[in-house]
Amino acid sequence: MAVDAAATRRIAHLARIAVKDEELAHLQGEINAVLAFVEQLQEVNVDGVEPMTSVTPMEMKKREDVVTDGGIADAIVANAPASENHFFVVPKVVE
Amino acid sequence: MTDLTLLTLAEAREGLASKSFSSLELTDAHLKAVEDARTLNAFVLETPERARSMARAADAKIGKGEGGPLAGIPLGIKDLFATEGVRTTACSNVLDAFVPPYESTVTSQLWRDDAVMLGKLNNDEFAMGSSNETSCFGPVVNPWRRAGSNGAIEGTPLVPGGSSGGSAAAVAANLCLGATATDTGGSIRQPASFAGIVGIKPTYGRCSRWGIVAFASSLDQAGPVAKTVRDAAILMRSMSGHDPKDTTSANLPVPDFEASVGKSVKGMKIGIPKEYRMDGMPDEIEKLWAQGADWLKAAGAELVDISLPHTKYALPAYYIVAPAEASSNLARYDGVRYGLRAPGRNIAEMYENTRAEGFGAEVRRRVMIGTYVLSAGYYDAYYLRAQKVRTLIKKDFEDCFAKGVHAILTPATPSAAFGIGEKGKADPVEMYLNDIFTVTVNMAGLPGIAVPAGKDAQGLPLGLQLIGRPFDEETLFSLGEVVEQAAGRFVAAKWW
Repeated sequence: MAVDAAATRRIAHLARIAVKDEELAHLQGEINAVLAFVEQLQEVNVDGVEPMTSVTPMEMKKREDVVTDGGIADAIVANAPASENHFFVVPKVVE
Repeated sequence: MTDLTLLTLAEAREGLASKSFSSLELTDAHLKAVEDARTLNAFVLETPERARSMARAADAKIGKGEGGPLAGIPLGIKDLFATEGVRTTACSNVLDAFVPPYESTVTSQLWRDDAVMLGKLNNDEFAMGSSNETSCFGPVVNPWRRAGSNGAIEGTPLVPGGSSGGSAAAVAANLCLGATATDTGGSIRQPASFAGIVGIKPTYGRCSRWGIVAFASSLDQAGPVAKTVRDAAILMRSMSGHDPKDTTSANLPVPDFEASVGKSVKGMKIGIPKEYRMDGMPDEIEKLWAQGADWLKAAGAELVDISLPHTKYALPAYYIVAPAEASSNLARYDGVRYGLRAPGRNIAEMYENTRAEGFGAEVRRRVMIGTYVLSAGYYDAYYLRAQKVRTLIKKDFEDCFAKGVHAILTPATPSAAFGIGEKGKADPVEMYLNDIFTVTVNMAGLPGIAVPAGKDAQGLPLGLQLIGRPFDEETLFSLGEVVEQAAGRFVAAKWW
């Protein structure tokens, strides 16, 4: 399988990465190089094989559904590019 | 006084205990070495004031006989570990000048044991790379240089490997007594081999991932790089342990890893996997591997031929699983809560511009590949199939261990360090092949240690890898020590 220019643009949009027109062909080539490399997986017989979900056999850990942290709003917004009164500020979303 | 930076961690620990020197003296010697080695670009942030205050505190504790296991030992920290109040960037522009309000579990355990932080170390951006060339701070220079045909050392700057390139270069150049590192596909073991030092990737779950910038969560593991096998064992004891904040952290007691250094390996069964004998493998790697097997045999181990039939599929499966997890993990870098923000006319454009500007080329490519293999219509063909192949890779190892194999010996890398700019320019896969011997271990969640074992024709260090059973790092330290005793230590001639 290989991706064309339109698919490359669609993937960039899904990944929320702006791609300039002049970058598109190069990016498409690189993605196709990697896709060509992984193509060899198609020759492996995986009939009846379970996909791996956990590399070490362990039970999913659970804990009580209680608040364990909080009251640190200053720390939470300390690194924000834009914040106001402990809110993150973003461009207008709803018209 | 002798040059304190030439000591191993174990020697420095002894000197501190016997009051031959103070931690402040030891720390100052290393801070000077760091300053003098800026041309290597190993450190992306030096924290001398913090280092000296930590050293003074350690000296006070040592004076009272209350020093922890790493009391007064100066270390470097890979910039992937969140350090409270100290800039942490994963060497990406997208994190900009992020200052964590919290400390990673692994580093907090080092400070609990009274170690000293010298600063933050360079790495490939988000740990995605095998040469440290993708860092937003620029490449790291390997302290090792090639010998030319006339025997003289030539000047081509070499990569230290990656992604933990700063960690490996800093230890090899005697800038710190040990360093933290992380390994997702070989990022501890490959740079350790390129720099002639020891690095161990512990079993998945041995060290907490909490507070480490995430790349591929089912593969990421923290571990130490150090000058010797013993030093690595000492560091690993402090770095390991159960952490309720990481759901995949194993609730197991932490052994005294140092106690296994020097233990007999007599009667141990060592597997030699035929699939690691690749076409076109350089003679010197083949020779090194045979030499390593001979050393283990001489120490009383038994060599057995084994087969890991799905080995060749590990790297392609990795290049589906790791980018898929990365695309998900890196979705958080959106210019809202921390890091860089690039303006846009609306919020979607702001996201897209921020990520285009903030991510480097390799990260952009992997996020896009990951997005593609997880997208509707391709998930089954790529991602699901890769996870099935991963099950088969793990089963290969389980079958060998079930037959009584204690550990597996392989080369660590397919070559010695290469020059900056020499690889991966035209085809990203050329760079990916660096991890061909190490990536299987991450796919199966196993522990693996890289120990320097010889040199190539150009005088550059080469490493051997030992792969262990889950949570049996102790055997790797015993076997690694045998290799180190036989091969000796490898120290780069100082030119910087």
